[in-house]
Amino acid sequence: MYLKETKALEPQLSKAPTGIPGLDEVLLGGIPTGRPTLICGAAGCGKTLLGMTFLVNGATQFDEPGLFVSFEETSQDLADNVASLGFDVAGLIAAKKMAIDHIRIERSEIEEAGDYDLEGLFVRLGYIIDQIGAKRVVLDTIEALFSNLANETILRAELRRLFVWLKQRNLTTIITGERGQGTLTRHGIEEYVSDCVILLDNRVEEQVTTRRLRIVKFRGSAHGTNEYPFLMDDQGITVVPLSSAGLNHRVSDEVVSTGVPGLDAMLGSGGLYRGSSVLISGVAGSGKTILGASFVAAACARGERCMFFSAAESADQLIRNVGSAGISLRPYLQTGLLRFETKRPTSVGFEMHLAHMQRELDSFQPTVVIIDPVSGFRGPDSEVHALLVRMLDMLKIRGITTFFTSLTNSSDRRAQNDFGLSSLMDSWIFLVDIESNGERNRGLYVLKSRGMSHSNQIREYLLTSNGATLVEAYLGASGVLTGSSRLAMEAQGRVETQRQHEDIARRRREIESQRAATERQIAELHAQISAQDVEIAGLAAREERRETVFESDRAAMGASRGVLANGADKIAPINSRPNDSRQSV
Amino acid sequence: MMDVQYNFRLYVAGQTPKSVVGIANLKDLCDTYLAGRHSIEIIDLVTQPHLASIDQIFALPTLVRRLPEPLKRVIGDLSKTDRVLRGLDIETAGSP
Repeated sequence: MYLKETKALEPQLSKAPTGIPGLDEVLLGGIPTGRPTLICGAAGCGKTLLGMTFLVNGATQFDEPGLFVSFEETSQDLADNVASLGFDVAGLIAAKKMAIDHIRIERSEIEEAGDYDLEGLFVRLGYIIDQIGAKRVVLDTIEALFSNLANETILRAELRRLFVWLKQRNLTTIITGERGQGTLTRHGIEEYVSDCVILLDNRVEEQVTTRRLRIVKFRGSAHGTNEYPFLMDDQGITVVPLSSAGLNHRVSDEVVSTGVPGLDAMLGSGGLYRGSSVLISGVAGSGKTILGASFVAAACARGERCMFFSAAESADQLIRNVGSAGISLRPYLQTGLLRFETKRPTSVGFEMHLAHMQRELDSFQPTVVIIDPVSGFRGPDSEVHALLVRMLDMLKIRGITTFFTSLTNSSDRRAQNDFGLSSLMDSWIFLVDIESNGERNRGLYVLKSRGMSHSNQIREYLLTSNGATLVEAYLGASGVLTGSSRLAMEAQGRVETQRQHEDIARRRREIESQRAATERQIAELHAQISAQDVEIAGLAAREERRETVFESDRAAMGASRGVLANGADKIAPINSRPNDSRQSV
Repeated sequence: MMDVQYNFRLYVAGQTPKSVVGIANLKDLCDTYLAGRHSIEIIDLVTQPHLASIDQIFALPTLVRRLPEPLKRVIGDLSKTDRVLRGLDIETAGSP
């Protein structure tokens, strides 16, 4: 990144890290060591908190004790104010890693009578600095002296001397100053502090506050020049150097399941590319959130970390509602794989949204993010578009697979205003209402999916108690049918099939009985042949018997006529048969 | 009124010109207006720096009227006598 590269070129100027997330990055390391830095801004923009954080971080992270010189708040108030951030100021003071000196000046109690100087302040600070070995000092807000002391000439000379003195002692100092009319500080102390000037800003636009930080000047060092949004909340100060990722992010060939089997099939590759962006558009009640939740559940089941930015429902409500569709998210919430961030899009400005999101992404490191719905962002189109582009870049550069849900007012996608988001998305899943025959059904189609040969069909999108499923819509002569029409047609189809089955069975039975009849005929004919064979055999036997009888009769006749028995061969046998066994011997 | 005892503390840091002038002015003033009913304590913060924070000192010299109460403060070398008197709430009526 640009910032990191420049950092390497700046080794000559020693810097003291503030330990404030993002600020050191913008400052390319920190504020100048051993020199004063002016932090100016209007009331309530976080000067005191920034100073306090600088000291606490110095004491706890960088082994640099610090002195906080307060001209406004008491030590107790200061400690109490930052206690909610987990800063144990009392503990640090007891450990001599930090000191707070409250300089109380009441104008009404002080009479100026003659020449004076602020040597008392020097003695006072010098004593504490030596006691704790302070390396860091915060003066908050030294300009309070101007409103309490009348002699401005003395004051200016003494402040100049103070800054020189702090520098000579090599103290890294933060001086806070309230912003004046047309000047950085009300009393122009920026002319004494010329090394580093940081401006804090707290703008209210359309009743929404956006905090911004800008490095006005950093002598001897490069620095980020933009206005950077920063957050001030229960986690202290976080500066978010929002950068545009451009189009140089790495892409992945890995395909991840959407958690809806039918949809995976529709996409052609078995899911979506990891790190891609998916827009789910649809009218109210078309099941966008449930589709998103299905993806989350699938990712969590794979052990991935998911972050759900919900702008429409609270975490509990969302979990309950998707639970009714059979998607159980609570276990993942409990194991820490899933985190919800619920915030109304109108609650803070766009910059704050991005800043907040970037901080959450960097702390939780999710691989899957749902933004539900992205259409909640309201404002001038160009600004919303810029917001979404930056949001997308932020997610893309981190390789996060992102689902944006978008509410449309019409099923006709040409009529909807999507802030040009669709051209930025890798995949666009459209949920439509199909109204016919007195009922409304949900349909889903993949409008585009870069790098995939996805289906062109509209599938019926069913929300069952076991999750979302896709059903092939009935494609009949009258068009695509869904819902009960589809069920009716499917029932009709089943009847038809049943009838065909029955027809075939009957036909088979007929053929089988015909075949049986034929076989019976064959058997009869076989029986006939057998009978005929028997008859032939009978005839042959009878013939044989008759010949035998004839022979014996002839022999008997011959004997009676006195013919020799050996002369019998002279007499040819009558009706001699080739199969006669006696002849063949 | 004549019985009221005044107790002053004058904070200085070393022997600077302003310290010297301040001490001299205070002594003159007390001798003039509070003869016999005042006590002065000079505190040098160079030797007792911890007192600066405890007694809320930032400008030098600082004169603190500890008695009578309430506590009053005057900063500067006390060269502007009228302001000192006003700041210390000292009655000057009937005095030269």
